[in-house]
Amino acid sequence: MTLTIENLQEIAKTETDAVESYRYRINVCMAAGCLSCRSDVVKASLEEEIRRQGKEKACLVRGVGCLGLCAVGPLIDISPLNVTYQAVQPSDAPEIIGSLTGAPVSRLLLPADQPFFSRQKKIVLENCGIIEPERIESYIAAGGYEALYQALRQMSPRQVIDEVTASGLRGRGGAGFPTGLKWTTVYKARQAVKYVVCNADEGDPGAFMDRSVLESDPHRVIEGMAIAGYAVGASRGYIYVRAEYPLAVERLRRAIKQAKRLGVLGENIFNTPFAFDIQLRLGAGAFVCGEETALIASIEGRLGRPRPRPPFPAEFGLWGCPTLINNVETLANIAPIVRRGGGWFAGIGTEKSKGTKVFALAGKINNTGLIEVPMGTTLREIVFDIGGGIPAGRRFKAVQTGGPSGGCVPEQFLDMPVDYDSLREVGAIMGSGGMIVMDDGACMVDVAKFFMEFCMSESCGKCAPCRVGTTQLFGILERITAGDGSIEDIDTLKELCDLVGATSLCGLGQTAPNPVKSTLRYFENEYTAHVRRHHCEAGVCAMGKAREATT
Amino acid sequence: MTPATASPALSSPSLSPATPDKRLRIIDRTMRLHGYASHALIETLHAVQEAFGYLEPDLMRYVAGRLKVPLSRVYAVATFYHFFTLKPPGEHTCVLCKGTACYISGTAEIFRKVEEMLGIHAGETTADGKISLMTARCLGACGLAPAGVFDGTVVGNLTLDTVVNKLQAWRSHDADHRESAGDRENRNRCR
Repeated sequence: MTLTIENLQEIAKTETDAVESYRYRINVCMAAGCLSCRSDVVKASLEEEIRRQGKEKACLVRGVGCLGLCAVGPLIDISPLNVTYQAVQPSDAPEIIGSLTGAPVSRLLLPADQPFFSRQKKIVLENCGIIEPERIESYIAAGGYEALYQALRQMSPRQVIDEVTASGLRGRGGAGFPTGLKWTTVYKARQAVKYVVCNADEGDPGAFMDRSVLESDPHRVIEGMAIAGYAVGASRGYIYVRAEYPLAVERLRRAIKQAKRLGVLGENIFNTPFAFDIQLRLGAGAFVCGEETALIASIEGRLGRPRPRPPFPAEFGLWGCPTLINNVETLANIAPIVRRGGGWFAGIGTEKSKGTKVFALAGKINNTGLIEVPMGTTLREIVFDIGGGIPAGRRFKAVQTGGPSGGCVPEQFLDMPVDYDSLREVGAIMGSGGMIVMDDGACMVDVAKFFMEFCMSESCGKCAPCRVGTTQLFGILERITAGDGSIEDIDTLKELCDLVGATSLCGLGQTAPNPVKSTLRYFENEYTAHVRRHHCEAGVCAMGKAREATT
Repeated sequence: MTPATASPALSSPSLSPATPDKRLRIIDRTMRLHGYASHALIETLHAVQEAFGYLEPDLMRYVAGRLKVPLSRVYAVATFYHFFTLKPPGEHTCVLCKGTACYISGTAEIFRKVEEMLGIHAGETTADGKISLMTARCLGACGLAPAGVFDGTVVGNLTLDTVVNKLQAWRSHDADHRESAGDRENRNRCR
């Protein structure tokens, strides 16, 4: 039996009716953040309490995706009361259920009008915290798979690509390559067999956007991949996901199974000749596999080592076939673009960076969690309004974007709009969207050392500049933080940074010096203080103590 | 991350025909699902590690034979990727996250103290086989930094005390009392 739009609408209606037949819908966040604060126990105790109070007919408890504000989990959200509770414990259940008809429990209440919620604009995360990620019906009720229907039945592949091109969407994995252009290249390739690969190897430490999207709304990524497959002429897709994200893997597996059973994956989708199948591939903990060619090698069961480009994967990718590789967030933007048109998407954001961007806020910031803002929002708005500023009355020092490939943006650029180009101008990169906020307790030399250690141990070892260069850079940084550096070391650092960046084979090596370069650019005084006065202003580097101990 | 189930060290080769190991079936199934294609190597090694807790040399030989790939390549893949381990894990596994957010929040200090306390480095197991200490690049639980995984359960907002309590509970005889002081304190800290 093939699925029709009527079937889809019927599923949506049944689901909506079923949910709305309950007077109160209690949504409990079941993403990894809240789960580790035992939101599953909270959910169970709420269910038990409802039974105890005999309110099964009026109350529905649903496990939903990320509600965003991970800092104060477990979070629960009650509609239609529009009440959000924070840090809910299992023992709070009787009070919460008991108060449904009266005033909300004020001690748990999270003010709904705070900037964290009101300043965001959600496209990628529009379903996060609203639908049940483990049920396809819930996704369909939110308009899911309608875009796939629209693409397959009402648009030609060329038209789909035109919409994506018109949207101005750029790759959300970090480099910001225009998505429409990538799709066009694969579309134009002549070979019969092509592949679509979803890059879910979110290796940047401090980034958890893709994890949250996969855990909260896996079907959206599947739909995006199927549309991409139709547009470029591929009938098979792979999702390469980190094995370190067991919950995301489990939910993806379940989602793929459901999609196949329903018929939105498989043969003759929506009664058209289009067929699409998705398989999951688990990463095995190698950061370099986020690089396209290394990722392909890993899917092929080999060592995750990059190869020179060109040829680019769009022409010569998986098993030598043209392959479209897109990041999770890029693919999550596709369904809304098809549904609402490229022009709509292009109306959001800045001139060269369209749409929204999901950021993972972490580090020394009050509201750690997941946010989505239009491109061009200033850092100040993100850190101080949405993020709630720096805790414990400390002072903002820098925000690190782009992980080990990115840089630190200091205070003087707080009013800079965040988009691909302005970040690049100040020596950082958009990256996949991790934002680590640092206060005056962070030593920038130490931060640079941390990232260099990361790059050094994640270097695949194929090319010498990266393999040897990162080790040398790390050695110098270690010397400086131990108080044994010399002023020449700083010059050597600069020289080596340029060398490693210019001569490495792949993105890992080419961008590995970025954290050092950006901290040298804005915080060179800290480097010189370490070298000249053996002094670490932040008190992080233990050089003083080591010296005292030896003398 | 840790393998889901920690299996006891194997005393005899699991491949002896006299005592066929049930866990082998899981591995066979994975290879069959992929049509014994050589590109299923990483998927198969995942299955091996999940079933046995680590990549036993005999099993690597077995996989190499079934998938018709050189043993050298199996070994190369097994050692290239951080997720795979060639050593049997301890009874309990403690993974501390060393991602950026956790680093900024002070995992380095916790880690140093834990290494000192257990007398082992990251990736090693205590001599009594009780505790394995691992690091993770990033658990993606940055909102809860510093975070760690204790026997498969992610715990956030760690402090030195909570970690030490947990490890001490594992070490002592009543290690299986899940409701340790560390647990309780952690839950309160989540508030």
